Amino acid sequence: MNAPNKSGWKPSMQVADATGDSPTTTGNRALMLEEPLLFEIGHTEVTGVDLPEIDESASTRLGGLDRSEPIGLAGMTEPETVRHYTRLSRQNYGIDLGFFPLGSCTMKHNPRLNEKVARLPGFADIHPLAPQNSVQGALEVIHELGDWLKTLTGMPAVAMSPKAGAHGELCGILAIRAAHEARGDAREVVLVPESAHGTNPATAAVAGYRVEDIPATPEGRVDVAKIKERLGPDVAAVMITNPNTCGLFEKDFRTIADAVHEAGGYVYCDGANFNAIVGRVRPGDLGVDAMHINLHKTFSTPHGGGGPGSGPVVFSEALAPFAPLPFVRRDEDSGTFELVEEEAREESRGHTFGRMTAFHGQMGMFTRALTYMLSHGADGLKQVAEDAVLNANYILRSMDDILHAPFADSGPCMHEALFGDKDFGGDLSTLDLAKGLIDEGYHPMTVYFPLVVHGAMLVEPTETESKATMDQFIAAFRSLVERAKAGDETLKQAPYFAPRRRLDETAAARKPKLAFEG
Amino acid sequence: MPRYFTDEHEWIDVEGESATVGITDYAQEQLGDIVFVELPEVGATLDKGGDASVVESVKAASDVYAPISGEVTEVNGALEDDPALVNSSPEEEGWFFRLSISDSSELKGLMDETAYKAFVDSL
Repeated sequence: MNAPNKSGWKPSMQVADATGDSPTTTGNRALMLEEPLLFEIGHTEVTGVDLPEIDESASTRLGGLDRSEPIGLAGMTEPETVRHYTRLSRQNYGIDLGFFPLGSCTMKHNPRLNEKVARLPGFADIHPLAPQNSVQGALEVIHELGDWLKTLTGMPAVAMSPKAGAHGELCGILAIRAAHEARGDAREVVLVPESAHGTNPATAAVAGYRVEDIPATPEGRVDVAKIKERLGPDVAAVMITNPNTCGLFEKDFRTIADAVHEAGGYVYCDGANFNAIVGRVRPGDLGVDAMHINLHKTFSTPHGGGGPGSGPVVFSEALAPFAPLPFVRRDEDSGTFELVEEEAREESRGHTFGRMTAFHGQMGMFTRALTYMLSHGADGLKQVAEDAVLNANYILRSMDDILHAPFADSGPCMHEALFGDKDFGGDLSTLDLAKGLIDEGYHPMTVYFPLVVHGAMLVEPTETESKATMDQFIAAFRSLVERAKAGDETLKQAPYFAPRRRLDETAAARKPKLAFEG
Repeated sequence: MPRYFTDEHEWIDVEGESATVGITDYAQEQLGDIVFVELPEVGATLDKGGDASVVESVKAASDVYAPISGEVTEVNGALEDDPALVNSSPEEEGWFFRLSISDSSELKGLMDETAYKAFVDSL
């Protein structure tokens, strides 16, 4: 067993036998500080703001809704408040701290140039209801970003308003529903392969469809024969994730799409994994009718607690009239931009299903994504996909000699490498290995998803990481796999060095404590 | 009282016209710690192969399908307070629901204990 490692392990370094159990009076460890809850450090009699005395004779304007008793919120001074949140932030982990190989999430670097542009007052300080002639620059950004998305996907229409991936899925499926209804075709079923994202069946169900699973083949792709067998006049759409959650490109996509169209259905593509094919494959050429794009994955806008998502949807010619409002249009004569809303619906998008949001979408994400595109250029975006795929294959081939890689023989993987816990010893599981990775200084990969692989571990390095970073991760990952295969019971107790030891996830789910009990 | 099994890892105890359904020891072991069980409504009519329950563990949520068609006559309310019963006693106290069997010929396609054990060993 390797010596436990608090940080920055290098093969040449000697690591002291770190038991770390000697207590301090405060509970702090050197400059890593223990942090109590706000309720434990604050006090209801303390406040950080100095308000003028209330004029007792003044009449209330609250119309009987005055507070009748104190609500018991803890007050704190400003320095206490600042320190509380700064200390908590030091116990957090993010892409700015280190490698974050969370498969299916594309946790890539968010370039600082994006942040600079997003903070320009002309983008950051404007109001959604500002007169359109005063925000032409912002409207141009939305329009140009939409053009980039249409070009990259080879699709003629785009809706910019959906606020995240699953919201985009709903947008696409509602457009499909509107298209069927417009021709009086009441179809009831949406087919979702096992290799699709888990949100897909949820989306179809929310949109009122009955969901049917389509099994995967042993090589981890959609079973084309099973889809063709099931297609019929009751199937409204097929939702396929490409590349899929096994990290594989659905190479029969065009065949499937043609069969779906022939049966009168539409093809929804979950584009969450677009990072692997951007600049290389245009989904429009594959026969896709609607696809969402996660700006917060492929185009480097913050997520995972760092910012709101944004999930624009591109549409085929067939679905374009049903896309939602509003959208930005450029007047070719004057060169000005306008937000097309309900008043103009007869003119274009005549069959729109309505709105996804009150306004036009996530402006802060639009500026960041367009900055990323312009700073990389079309050739740079193509290289993003190539490097992301190269990195994932480097990890796959650096591990598949000692770790079960169920689809290693299905050809190169795309942006993520998938492993299983088949040969672990004792009663050790994927969860134990993931907790061990925390001790090694890494955010664990996605675990137990996709469900088609026992004890799945889904590693997505993205194009962000250098070979040196991946080599260090691979060294740590390999040592943990060896411990797991040898049945090293000490892994059952990991993590040893995190701010908290292993949490009882079962008790947290079975008997959650949702309120502070002083 | 004959006990049948399905390839979806459910067991069915048949007593006259009534069938008790739960998930097998193998299923609970694969799922890990169960944290929630959603049971069907009493009086609901289930079709063979249709959704009957949802079982949620720390790892994943899975559908439990109706192994045969019938009307739900009783559900195991104890699971709502103590879903861990599915882990500790999957094939006894951790039963899910009882059905009145609508077509006993559907039992023919199911496995007996020996066949199920061979099926699990082959996985």
